[in-house]
Amino acid sequence: MSSRIGVVTYPGSQDDRDALWALIALGADAVAVWHEESDLSGLDAVVLPGGFSYGDYLRCGAIARFSPATAAACEFAQAGGFVLGICNGFQILCEAGLLPGALLRNESLRFVCRDAPLRVERNDLPFTSRCTRGQRLVIPVKHGDGRYVPPPDLDPAQVVLRYLDNPNGSVDAIAGVCNEAGNVMGLMPHPEHAVDPLLGSDHGALILASLVDAARDRSFAAA
Amino acid sequence: MRATVLVRPKPGILDPQGAAVGSALGHLGFAVKDARVGKVIDLEVEATDAAEAKAKVESMCEQLLANPLIESYEVEIVEPSA
Repeated sequence: MSSRIGVVTYPGSQDDRDALWALIALGADAVAVWHEESDLSGLDAVVLPGGFSYGDYLRCGAIARFSPATAAACEFAQAGGFVLGICNGFQILCEAGLLPGALLRNESLRFVCRDAPLRVERNDLPFTSRCTRGQRLVIPVKHGDGRYVPPPDLDPAQVVLRYLDNPNGSVDAIAGVCNEAGNVMGLMPHPEHAVDPLLGSDHGALILASLVDAARDRSFAAA
Repeated sequence: MRATVLVRPKPGILDPQGAAVGSALGHLGFAVKDARVGKVIDLEVEATDAAEAKAKVESMCEQLLANPLIESYEVEIVEPSA
């Protein structure tokens, strides 16, 4: 039995196909989910990809929050399903209230596009089980609005990844966070662009393969 | 009824855009101690009176127009002259 992972395509999504490609390469039965889809219950995990959903008008992710697929992803997460938001997907999860905090314009005011060294702060999550705590990962970032601002009461235990070389001015160099239950995670770096050593790094595969493992276990448990 | 919403980055939230504007004003010879950049949203709202319009627009701000974690908002209602 393989793990069925849905990747949502919003108008303006860009990295949905790379995410699908990477998940399939890592053994998942990855399927494209159109943004008008309102039922995700047949899936074992959901990925919200990078891009500029709905033009990112008003604030990044602010309009995508109202799409049927985002509402369905919220229900899916509330039922304990695994949801991973990458870049714009992370911004959408923050706007939707599934993750704490907000992502603002980079401190430099410049779009950054480069490999980012990261440190894994937690490996007890469905998204990081293949990593070790303190491990250094190199995964590319490409964003103009990646400066993470946590709420004043953020539990430090919710920080999953930190930049070793803060590229955007994120508070406490936070690159990825999870919800309190640990079944929803968002990160600005793009693991789907780092699954083949030919492209400079395959460290992103550790994150996505962790999710594939977790989704498979969930699908076994449900069967 | 016309409503204008002013959305500002909250105090303490780093505003690099405001800093860039402040620095550019400095280059023009204007001494500016601080510059912060927000946004203006103009709305035409259906409401019977200003109080109702204000309540509606505040609800819009809470749910969409501002992100309360990082932004504050102010609502101005302009009543049509009789």
